[in-house]
Amino acid sequence: MNPHVLIAIPLLPLVAAVIAGLGGRVIGRAGAHTLTILGVAASCALSMYVLKQLYADGVPAFNGPVYTWALTDGVHIDVGFLIDRLSALMMAVVTFVSLCVHVYTVGYMNDDPGYTRFFSYISLFTFSMLMLVMSNNFMQLFFGWEAVGTVSYLLIGFWFTRPSAVFANLKAFIVNRVGDFGFVIGIAAVFSYTGSLSYDAAFAAAPHLAHAVIPLTAASSVNALTLICICLFIGAMGKSAQVPLHVWLPDSMEGPTPISALIHAATMVTAGIFMVARMSPLFEYSDTALSFVLVIGATTAFFMGLLGVVNNDIKRVIAYSTLSQLGYMTAALGVSAYSAAIFHLMTHAFFKALLFLAAGSVIIGMHHEQDMRKMGGLGKYMPITAVTCWIGGLALVATPFFSGFYSKDAIIEAVGASHRWGATYAYWCVLLGAFVTSLYTFRLLFMTFHGEERFRQVAAAHGHDDHDDHQEHGHHSAEPHESPWVVTVPLIALAIPSLLVGYFTVGPVLFGSYFGSSIFVLPANNIIGDMAREFHGPGRLGFHGFLGAPFWLMLAGFVTAWACFLWRPSLADQAARTFGWLRTILVEKYYFDWVNEKIIAPLTRGIGFGLWKVGDQGVIDGALVNGSAATVGWFGGVVRRVQNGYLYSYAFWIVIGLAALLGWFLARSG
Amino acid sequence: MLAQILFYIFGTLLVASALGLITARNPVYSALFLVLCFLDSAVIWLLTEAEFLAIVLVLVYVGAVMVLFLFVIMMLDINLAELRRGFTRFAWLGWITAAAVIAEIVGVVWSHGLTGLDVGRSAAPEPAGYSNTLALGQVIYTRYAYPFELAAMLLLVAIVAAISLTMRRRQGLKYQDISRQVSVRAADRVRIVKVEAEKRA
Amino acid sequence: MMTHAITLADLLTLSGVLFALAVAGIFLNRKNVILLLMCVELLLLAANFNFIAFSRVLGDINGQVFVFFVLTVAAAESAIGLAILVVLFRERRSINVEDMNTLRG
Repeated sequence: MNPHVLIAIPLLPLVAAVIAGLGGRVIGRAGAHTLTILGVAASCALSMYVLKQLYADGVPAFNGPVYTWALTDGVHIDVGFLIDRLSALMMAVVTFVSLCVHVYTVGYMNDDPGYTRFFSYISLFTFSMLMLVMSNNFMQLFFGWEAVGTVSYLLIGFWFTRPSAVFANLKAFIVNRVGDFGFVIGIAAVFSYTGSLSYDAAFAAAPHLAHAVIPLTAASSVNALTLICICLFIGAMGKSAQVPLHVWLPDSMEGPTPISALIHAATMVTAGIFMVARMSPLFEYSDTALSFVLVIGATTAFFMGLLGVVNNDIKRVIAYSTLSQLGYMTAALGVSAYSAAIFHLMTHAFFKALLFLAAGSVIIGMHHEQDMRKMGGLGKYMPITAVTCWIGGLALVATPFFSGFYSKDAIIEAVGASHRWGATYAYWCVLLGAFVTSLYTFRLLFMTFHGEERFRQVAAAHGHDDHDDHQEHGHHSAEPHESPWVVTVPLIALAIPSLLVGYFTVGPVLFGSYFGSSIFVLPANNIIGDMAREFHGPGRLGFHGFLGAPFWLMLAGFVTAWACFLWRPSLADQAARTFGWLRTILVEKYYFDWVNEKIIAPLTRGIGFGLWKVGDQGVIDGALVNGSAATVGWFGGVVRRVQNGYLYSYAFWIVIGLAALLGWFLARSG
Repeated sequence: MLAQILFYIFGTLLVASALGLITARNPVYSALFLVLCFLDSAVIWLLTEAEFLAIVLVLVYVGAVMVLFLFVIMMLDINLAELRRGFTRFAWLGWITAAAVIAEIVGVVWSHGLTGLDVGRSAAPEPAGYSNTLALGQVIYTRYAYPFELAAMLLLVAIVAAISLTMRRRQGLKYQDISRQVSVRAADRVRIVKVEAEKRA
Repeated sequence: MMTHAITLADLLTLSGVLFALAVAGIFLNRKNVILLLMCVELLLLAANFNFIAFSRVLGDINGQVFVFFVLTVAAAESAIGLAILVVLFRERRSINVEDMNTLRG
């Protein structure tokens, strides 16, 4: 593979981002979006080319340094690329979704004053994510990790004049930081054991590390590889929003919808999944770490899905759905089904981005209204949006033959077949999660696109109010309309893979030898391999799906949603009253936010304040700095009294000293 | 042996004079006690055959320095009433410290082997015809000629210092200051004024 | 009656006593600056005693030369000291030691 092509893939979006960011005023809005779209499009084309080279032409994987950034103490810190099938797949997904989002943004952010800044940021994000997935050493991985976190912060708080947006972006960054703390410890542990930051050294040392032990206290010690893997996974927990570090993702919906699609559905949150899959040579040797991953993932999958059922903001429902699907991917990683996790990552990228963009289309059609209770019956006003959204929704609930079906069912089956500790609990979580997924998805679809047109009641209520605020109320009286082509074309572009990519790629990618040596699975854990033996093609798998438990659960969810939200909405209210206590827990998001905001954050700030007041001001400034000066001053004041100006007193002291000295000499010598 | 007795008598007298010096109320008495100290010392030095220095002590110290002291004491208008007040509270501490110092010095002197010096030694009497003055002169004007000259310079400096410290100028005395005279400028002394001539009436 | 001559020890003891008394005079005296100067003379006398004693017992004339110079210096010093005293008295109108503490810390 040509290293220049590989370098161009991340650099083109970077150059476009820098020019659009610094010279946005010079090149204008049209210039900014053209430049960045060209950059990402070129990057996407090159990524597809690389993918073709790797897969179809049989070119060997590229693993080498491109530029040595630093060489200290014998440790190479390089910019290096590891382009194998795993990273090529990720590159293709990232650039394709990024391109769709770039085009979509032209329409969505049309009347926003920060237009050029937004394009600069999303191109910068593309660069960061590409550096992350193309990396062949931990330092570059960490660089990309932090860079995507930073750009995510910038984008969530894009409308920085809103206090809720500022709160959300700080929350995202800080929670990510907590994850990164574990991540850094993991990287440092790898470095301390292998003396190098490159993947090759770590992978080669993994079997040896599996038997090494790190002493924690005098009595207890922990397996080195388990500790490393768990620390690395903590970073993934932060980035991929697993429980308990998930709290930032719903709040990240404060950012504009395009970035919810790009970052918080398709790419950044999948960085953690990608990282664990990439580190499969390490994780495979630690069953404990994989069980930890499994349990966390399954818990996230089920419990976060429940939160989507009670939320009324269209974007937040999709956000909780993302959390739940990330949990599925993590659970797949936990049972060593790395290929299934990556496969689901890919299909999920398409249909989740589609869902977010469709939600964005609804929002601009509804003139920036996001509450589903004020929507309804939009299907006939926004047909393209509705159809594509239904396609995405059906893919999400794993309707047979849609792409989501192949990936999600594979995960459920793999978890069911595993014998790892925690697999039984995980299986029930992911299985029941299918019902929950279906429930919130169809709830969303019915409440938004079907049923009575509640927005008319809202408009009528507002129409008789004072007409001072013409800008706001003037719009409400207009009908919802379909969005312009720059918005709908990306929707269609994403709907096609949501439908088809599963059918055509499940064979080679999931059950075949696509990943090859880029993912490492121990023979004892090779569940996907076992499943592959029973795979007879996507068609038969699709038909077989109609018989499986997940399908019936999905159907049950469909019926429930139809009953409660379309046929008799009063049923929903009744259920809400009957299960009031459950509903409260769900509405409070299991009290995670309450604990963070009322207990953990004030505690930490209190510690900081205490350390400042007592430690810094009291002890260091007061006792040590001022105190030592005051002591010297006091002592000087005491000694000053000896110098009283009286000659006789001086002579007296001289004589006393003389007498003492003489006496001492005499005593000493006899 | 006679020397011995004389030594003890005059030694005792010397110590007593010193005590009298420091306890006398009247400074004139103190000065006179000091004179007595010097005289006793002179006698003892005579006993140790340092005749020249003994006489010099009397001539210079008593004759010049003590006279100077007495001049100053008489000249200063001393408030005797105030001087009659007694010692301070810590006088006893001073006496004890002095006693301690004496004890230590005596200890040093009398302890055997402390200084390696045989303190029981006494001076051998000089042969007849020994002249202390001659011996001193032979050394001072040859080996110590330079320090001798320096000592003379020192005395000169003392004179100049004493005079310059205490000299008072008489007020209103007119005297010439040559350097000031020389550094005068014409502008300081002469001022040309243009005066209009009186017109005839 | 003892039959030995004047020993070194006698002379040294005498000079030591003189020295201690002179020093006691300095710090026991709180009223009279002139007494201070006189005690300084006494100190010098005690030192001279030592010199004479060692010079005679050890037979070295250099000790007496030193006494010669010490006498010179003592005379000069007492002259200047008295001059300073006179000037001080003109300013302060007092020779009380307790009044002279302007060099305090």
